[in-house]
Amino acid sequence: MALLGFLILFPLVVAGVLLAVRDNRARNVVVAVSALVVGVASVWLVVSYLSAPWISFDFHSPVVDYACTIVSVLVAAAILFFGIRYKNVPACVLAVVQVVGSLAFEFAFAHSLPVEQGLYLDSLSLLMAFIIGVVGSGICVYALGYMEDFQAHEPEGAKDRRPTFFALMFAFLSAMFLIVFSNNMVWLFTGWEVTTVCSFLLIGYTRTEEAVRNAFRQIIMNLIGGIAFLVALYACAIQLGTLSLVEFLQIGIMNPALVALPVTALALAGLTKAAQMPFHTWLLGAMVAPTPTSALLHSSTMVKAGVFLLVKLSPIMYAGAFASQGGLLAAMPSIMTVLVGGITFALCSFMAISQSNAKRVLAYSTIANLGLIVACAGVGTPEAVWAAAFLILFHAIAKSLLFLCVGTAEHHIGSRDIEDMDLLFERMPRLSRFMMLGILCMFIAPFGMLVAKWATLVSFAEMGQVMLIIVLAFGSAATFMFWAKWLGKLSGIAAARENVEHDVHTSEWTAVMVMAVLVILCCAGLPVISWFAVEPYVYSVYGMLGQDISFSNLWISSVLSIAVIVVLFAGLGRTKARKVDIYLAGVSRDNGERTFRNSLSGTSTASARNWYLEDVFGERRIAPIGTACCSAVIIVALAAAAVSVPGLF
Amino acid sequence: MSLLSVLIGTLAFAVLAPVLGCLLAGLDRKVSARMQGRVGPPLLQPYYDVRKLIEKDNVSVNSAEGAYVTCALVFTLIAGGIFFSGGNLLMSVFVVTLSGLFFIVAAYSTRSPYAEIGAMRETLQVMAYEPMVLLMAVTFFMASGTFDVAGAFALGAPAVVVAWPAFLGFLFVLTIKLRKSPFDLSYSHHAHQEIVKGITTEMSGRTLAKVEVMHWCENILFLGWTALFFIWGSPVSALVAVLVAVLVYFLEIWIDNNFARVKWQALLKSAWVVALVAGGVNIAALAYAPYLM
Repeated sequence: MALLGFLILFPLVVAGVLLAVRDNRARNVVVAVSALVVGVASVWLVVSYLSAPWISFDFHSPVVDYACTIVSVLVAAAILFFGIRYKNVPACVLAVVQVVGSLAFEFAFAHSLPVEQGLYLDSLSLLMAFIIGVVGSGICVYALGYMEDFQAHEPEGAKDRRPTFFALMFAFLSAMFLIVFSNNMVWLFTGWEVTTVCSFLLIGYTRTEEAVRNAFRQIIMNLIGGIAFLVALYACAIQLGTLSLVEFLQIGIMNPALVALPVTALALAGLTKAAQMPFHTWLLGAMVAPTPTSALLHSSTMVKAGVFLLVKLSPIMYAGAFASQGGLLAAMPSIMTVLVGGITFALCSFMAISQSNAKRVLAYSTIANLGLIVACAGVGTPEAVWAAAFLILFHAIAKSLLFLCVGTAEHHIGSRDIEDMDLLFERMPRLSRFMMLGILCMFIAPFGMLVAKWATLVSFAEMGQVMLIIVLAFGSAATFMFWAKWLGKLSGIAAARENVEHDVHTSEWTAVMVMAVLVILCCAGLPVISWFAVEPYVYSVYGMLGQDISFSNLWISSVLSIAVIVVLFAGLGRTKARKVDIYLAGVSRDNGERTFRNSLSGTSTASARNWYLEDVFGERRIAPIGTACCSAVIIVALAAAAVSVPGLF
Repeated sequence: MSLLSVLIGTLAFAVLAPVLGCLLAGLDRKVSARMQGRVGPPLLQPYYDVRKLIEKDNVSVNSAEGAYVTCALVFTLIAGGIFFSGGNLLMSVFVVTLSGLFFIVAAYSTRSPYAEIGAMRETLQVMAYEPMVLLMAVTFFMASGTFDVAGAFALGAPAVVVAWPAFLGFLFVLTIKLRKSPFDLSYSHHAHQEIVKGITTEMSGRTLAKVEVMHWCENILFLGWTALFFIWGSPVSALVAVLVAVLVYFLEIWIDNNFARVKWQALLKSAWVVALVAGGVNIAALAYAPYLM
């Protein structure tokens, strides 16, 4: 238990220290050492509790309760401060609602309903702790080099806000650890709100007009989620008389109809945090932030907190869908989650096709994959939860690898447009291969993500989830399109071009290498991870295992992915063939520039661009449909849940 | 055990599929010629062509293209091995997609404008047929209770009895997968290709020979998927399945010779509508049928 406390508190202390450190070199040392400590500690935790079932720790302290209250007030104060300064009324109103609500809750219930076992861990928490500790702190290391370049690109005399930046990154990690280890739902809520406000400040980091606007969009959407969480807390306290997560889950599994309101409210909180439609715009807007922020939000923190909560709730949704009593009402949370997740997955995959901005493609892909995890959580069978856990893991490592690669490439080629990444294979040979590895891991068999999608398909097929099967079939096809054309763009080879990756910072290389090694290890060790980390969780929750992909098929995937990785890193670039020019319908002049001699002996340039199919998959066509459908689903589900509460109407 | 059977299956497929595929391609050319009122080349002409390609000088536009195409060929063979050793149907589908991706990347790596357009069109074709292929596999699962190909031999009646809409839908996208007109956008065996030679523009000699062999093997594998729907627990079923495969291929040749190439919009729209209607209706029927009875 000491280790849990250490993981929660240590990053917080580091954040305090970083706030004070103004010197670049001192900061480099502090960040690098603390990242290493957090990484090692989380790996140690995972190893020492490997395959653990649910373990609760007796820990309750009024001091922590008061600290949580103070933090909640501080969070609201920070939002109010910026809300007033930038004259944003909705944000202020929501912040006031939230702070009043949480203070009233504190005085009315919190002390009459003590939670004896404040902390817990199980295999899903361990998986999350591994992601937060290793991927999250890896991103902090990456940020060292990146932010140095970033500051250098800023206009002369711009204020150096890096101390705040790094402090926020570490505070974020601390809050995430609090979320995954808290059994006391009030503490969980505190962590939840801290991640919201940290990402608000990180998105607004540059203080440009666009950044401020997008930061406020984020805070408004996530405050709605926060208020929904608060509603769930009230419902738990009044209806169920408990604030312990494990007791709540147990009551919910026994009687899903009774907990319909808190589960729906918590699911809504999860959906906002996981950026599902109609809330997806905040994650797209978050792209204005420096790349390490995006990497952190997308891979190991923030959005993962949302899906973590939903996966935790999935046994209740599963029980609700098959409840003998309560009928439609008990099944409502499951229906809402499945529909929103499924629609988001398909539509965001479609919209990703129409984007040429690499970070935007990554954002849509994140939202889509989160949609799939959300849908799995809504289905809630053992097979679906198995798939969701793998999706969380592989998405975290592959996506962080991709963000880090795109960030570094952006600083060296001066663009984040995929069309400008032409010939990256020659200009940045090492980086482009890592990027290709990340892309492969995201969408193609035999790599991790696709194995998880495969399990998803099997579990949907077994449950006869017609809508989800169709959504998955079409969404996956779209996924192939937008990744394959990016991969193709990266792979181009023409004439020997200048290598521009010599001056990439060591810290950036270190982080990228860590992510790449993680991707390789996780793909190769797929069956082992399933055995030691994911199956214990499924077993501890359901008392049985879903056998959707046989062990031998996992091994085949593992062997094949090793083969592909060997080809990518060792098999390319060796040939005895004589080199010739490409065909350009005229005598070739320069292969790199694609120029040739035309029929008048002049020089013509051939140009080619990827397809973005704007008319078919454009945002303007598709986004309104998704927003309308998902909003309707959420409103109906909330209304149904509210009506169910006796005495409310 | 399963790894071993996949290995053996892959080796057997690597030996047999090129031979069968080559004969099929020869037959294809013969039948096409007869439909057009020509005599046509000898049956073994595809083999002579590939042998000649192998003898050509070893030239290439870059150092990676050959490796990518080799990967594409190897993964096609593995997909065939998985399927014909009775392995998982979805796995076979996914590995073929991986093979397709390597082929696409090989074309992109050349940076030739014609090859790039071909690769882009190939990517679009994959996107067009993938939903129907996945839905076909799911329908097979719902009809037979397993994704394992070997499971078909334990059925009381062939899967097509309850999965005929999905089977028909699959036949529609099979035209794309077999690279037959009207859906041969990315590259074609016909002379009338408007983007030089599409995705294979920059491939020559041995690399092009590998592409040809890969195409033969793919054809055999896809006909295997088709035939799977006619397998049940009777020895006669193998004969029926082969007969159906031959008929389907004849149908594809007929389609190839009678329809002009369409634009990509028509390809994408028609393939997705067919997948949505045929696959969706079939899966919904299989999923909800138990509740209705």
